[in-house]
Amino acid sequence: MAFSKRVVLRFPRSLVHQPIVSRLIKDYSLDFNILKALVNPKEEGLLVMELMGKRSDFDKAIAYLTEAGVETEPLSRVKRNEERCTQCGACVSMCPTGAFVVDEKTRGVLFDDAKCIACELCLLVCPPRVLELTV
Amino acid sequence: MPKTIAEINEKISKGQAVVVNAEEVIDIVKKKGVAKAAQEIDVVTTGTFGPMCSSGAYFNVGHTKPKMKMGGGKATLNDIPLYTGLAAVDLFLGATAIPDDDPRNKVYPGHFNYGGGHVLEDLLAGKDVKFSVSAYGTDCYPRKKLDTWINMNDMNQATLFNVRNAYQNYNIAVNASDKMIHTYMGTLKPNLGNANYCSAGQLSPLLNDPHYKTVGIGTKIFLGGGIGYVAWQGTQHAPSSLRSENGVPKRGAGTLAVIGDMKQMSSKYLVGTSFVGYGCTATVGIGLPIPILSEEILQYTAVTDDEIYAAIIDYSDAYPNFKPDILGEASYGQLRSGKIEVGGKELPTASLSSYSKALEISNTLKDWILKGDFTLTDPVAPIAGAEDGVTFKPLNERPIKDA
Repeated sequence: MAFSKRVVLRFPRSLVHQPIVSRLIKDYSLDFNILKALVNPKEEGLLVMELMGKRSDFDKAIAYLTEAGVETEPLSRVKRNEERCTQCGACVSMCPTGAFVVDEKTRGVLFDDAKCIACELCLLVCPPRVLELTV
Repeated sequence: MPKTIAEINEKISKGQAVVVNAEEVIDIVKKKGVAKAAQEIDVVTTGTFGPMCSSGAYFNVGHTKPKMKMGGGKATLNDIPLYTGLAAVDLFLGATAIPDDDPRNKVYPGHFNYGGGHVLEDLLAGKDVKFSVSAYGTDCYPRKKLDTWINMNDMNQATLFNVRNAYQNYNIAVNASDKMIHTYMGTLKPNLGNANYCSAGQLSPLLNDPHYKTVGIGTKIFLGGGIGYVAWQGTQHAPSSLRSENGVPKRGAGTLAVIGDMKQMSSKYLVGTSFVGYGCTATVGIGLPIPILSEEILQYTAVTDDEIYAAIIDYSDAYPNFKPDILGEASYGQLRSGKIEVGGKELPTASLSSYSKALEISNTLKDWILKGDFTLTDPVAPIAGAEDGVTFKPLNERPIKDA
């Protein structure tokens, strides 16, 4: 059964030089898509990625990462309160990934959860504050 | 042609009126021409749903036993202060009111999570809100303290009274400075990083009746999901603003003061709203029916987004410092394409006013009229037009010297 989950990985300085993510493919047969990466030599590394594969492999991979000293946490997701959303569009130009788009026909504002990287930029710019972080 | 409102109402009551919204009318006029379309169409419905700060409501909460003179005291609903400078149990709540202990912009930018507009929404949603009052006590009104839950049903009157709504056109806000700014037009990225606008354009009430030929005092409208009326011209009403050749204002121009019984309104069309770094307000839904009394009136309702222009204004300097400079103009057609050009740079655009909800409002009003539930009113008096010399003056400061 295909399983996918978005996770935030934090690499301590000592691990930034080591090939770790590659082992997720080699040893745990996981596929991944990098959503955000901040890696600087001699500094902490941050990687936000979507991991795809078997649930059992995913769990083992997370155990491996934790063992190796990588902090892992699930990426929070942005949820829209559809009832209170006024469909104005203030979020559209703030979103760096194009997760909010104005439907050309209805001019309603569509939210594509799959494109959202939970950067949180939209949360406060939403006038009715209908965007919330959930875990 | 020409028709009268009485004739149109007759058709409405017989279920024979032809009603279209301000978007549909565009194609009809293109296909059939103004003369034929004006014969056929009786009413064009408009709509808008955007943040409107000069909104509020007054309440009569009834008397406590023993009685209490809330007038002149201090009163709050969910910690939002009310205006008490009225009679004993009459109170006014403004949409931008915030709690006394709100941190405001002390830690910039402030969040402004809950204010007067949110209380209005909660009351419309049927929620209980916390009502706290302290008063000084008099012989006839001895009580000094009150803390109780209250909801819409408890109020004798809950009347929405917005002193400025439905702005006829509005600025396009940009930021030419090198740091992010937070405004009532939303968050504006530095170096012309984005452009925010706020009008329903071709659907907007006063952009479809640019010279106020049908709208006037007493006009019945859709207000907050219920029925309301135009009470007066709105504050800052500026009919002499710059206009295009088609008569449509290219700057903020006319405004409406509107009134209506909140008890028949809905939280769907009156939503508490927050602007980070700025404050609280309410997003208000308004729909204005335009009776097609002449070909000229119909021609105005056929205006398109491509024919309505607004001014691009730098909110980091020109706006706060009250300078007349503009960075250019853009049409609502361009704004809705998702990007406009300013000084050779392409800026992504975003709307603060909801076009899709404006359309929904115009369609709701259309349905009401088609069902015969909503008839049109003749205004009892006109609102000031461009010829009346009404202007929006700045404040003339006259410093007060210490005595």
